[in-house]
Amino acid sequence: MNTNTIHTDLCIIGAGPVGLFAVFEAGLLKMRCHLIDALPQVGGQLSEIYPQKPIYDIPGYPEVNAQDLVDNLMEQAKPFQPTFTLGERVDHLDKQADGSFIVTTSDKTRVHAQVIIIAGGLGCFEPRKPVLTNLEQYEGKGINYMVKNPETFRDKNVVIAGGGDSALDWTIFLAKVAKRVTLVHRNETFRGTPDSAAKVFDMANRGKIDLILSANLKEVNGNGKLEKVILEDKSKQDMTIDADYLIPLFGLSPKLGPIADWGLSIDKNAIEVDTRDYSTGVERIYAIGDINTYPGKLKLILCGFHEAAIMMHSAFKYVYPDQKLSFKYTTVNGVNAF
Amino acid sequence: MVTFTVEDHDGNRQEIEAPDDMGFNLMEILKASEYPVLATCGGMALCGTCHIEVLEGKDGLGDATDPELDQLENLPEYFPTSRLSCQIRISDLLEGAVVKLRGEDVV
Repeated sequence: MNTNTIHTDLCIIGAGPVGLFAVFEAGLLKMRCHLIDALPQVGGQLSEIYPQKPIYDIPGYPEVNAQDLVDNLMEQAKPFQPTFTLGERVDHLDKQADGSFIVTTSDKTRVHAQVIIIAGGLGCFEPRKPVLTNLEQYEGKGINYMVKNPETFRDKNVVIAGGGDSALDWTIFLAKVAKRVTLVHRNETFRGTPDSAAKVFDMANRGKIDLILSANLKEVNGNGKLEKVILEDKSKQDMTIDADYLIPLFGLSPKLGPIADWGLSIDKNAIEVDTRDYSTGVERIYAIGDINTYPGKLKLILCGFHEAAIMMHSAFKYVYPDQKLSFKYTTVNGVNAF
Repeated sequence: MVTFTVEDHDGNRQEIEAPDDMGFNLMEILKASEYPVLATCGGMALCGTCHIEVLEGKDGLGDATDPELDQLENLPEYFPTSRLSCQIRISDLLEGAVVKLRGEDVV
C-alpha cells in the first residue's frame, strides 16, 4: 500500500455541520474520522454561503449564527482529533479485498477507511463556468477557475472575468505579479466591497490594470493553449485581448460529481438510504444529511444530526467486528478524548 | 389562485396555477411543480440557483432587488429582466406572466 495513504476508521466526505457532528458521534464509539471537502474550509454551505445568517431551529439554540454553529461543532469534535483534507474533491472509491475502501481525491490524496460516510450536502461546490463553445478545450491550458498558486501567473497576461469580491480581490493581488491584468465585467459598476471597487477603478486610472466594463466573454482561442480572449461590448463590437490565462470568477455551485458513479441508488440528485441506519445499497457506505433521501426526508441540519447518531451505531460493527456495542449516555460516561 | 406560464430549459411551456394566499414564493412553486431548480440556499437570495428570466409581465413584477442583483451579477450570464424566483412572492402580480428557467439544471 502507498506509504502516503492516510489510515482512519471512517472517511467522511463533506465537512459541513452534519459531517462535523458525525465525528463526535463516532468518537463516542471510539472510531476515528478523516474528513474530505472540496471547499478550502470546513462548514459546508454554512461557511460558504451564509456564514452570518442566523439559524433558529437548532435544538437548544433559540438563535445561532451559521459560522458560530460551525465553530462550536469543531469544538465539540476536537476531543476526537479529526483530520482533514480540504480543497480537494473525492474522485475515486476502490473497494479492497477485506471490504474496506481507498478513497482518492482530485489531488491524489489517498485515504484508507473501513467505512465511508457521505455527508456531502448538495454535492461539491464547483466553479460556475461561462457558456463558451470551446471552453473545455482550454481548461487547464490557460483557463483556471481558481487561483491556487499566484506564482503561476508571474509575468503573464491574465484576463479575469467577473464582478464579485473574488474578481476584485484577485485583480488587485495579481496586478503585482502578472505582466498585465485585464478585468472584464459586464456592468459599469461593481457590487463587491466598495473599498475594493474603488481600488480597482483607481488602479485602472493609473494604468496599472486594464478595466473593460460593459463587456462579456465571447470566445477563447489559441493553439493547444490559450492565446486570445475575445470580448463583446454592449454595441456588439468584438475586442481581442492577448491572454496566457483566463480566470472566470462567477461563484460556486454544487454538483453531485463523481459520487453519482459509485453504483449508489440515486433519486433527484440524492442518495437513497435505508432509514434503519442510513446505509446505502452498498455495504459499508452510509449517506447522511442533505445528500440522502427517504420517504419523509426533511433537509434540516437537526435531521442530519439524528442520522449521524443512528448511523454510527450501525457502522461500529465494521470497525470493531469482535466487539459488542453497548449504548451509553454522555451524562454517564462523559466524553473520553482520544 | 393565480395562473402563469413557465418555460423550461428546452423551451417547453406549461401553465401553472398556484395559491396566492399561502405565502409561497415562485421558487417553491417551481420546485413543487417538479422543475429542476436547485435552490441551494433555500430562499435566502444567497446562491443564484433559482434564477429566472421574466419574459412577459415584467411591469407587474418590478425590478430585481439589491440582494438579487448581488447574486445575479456573479452569474456567468443574466438578462435585463432576470430575477431570483425565491424573491418573487406568489401574488396577483404574477397573473398572466411568463417566466423562463435560467438557473443551472440540477442534473
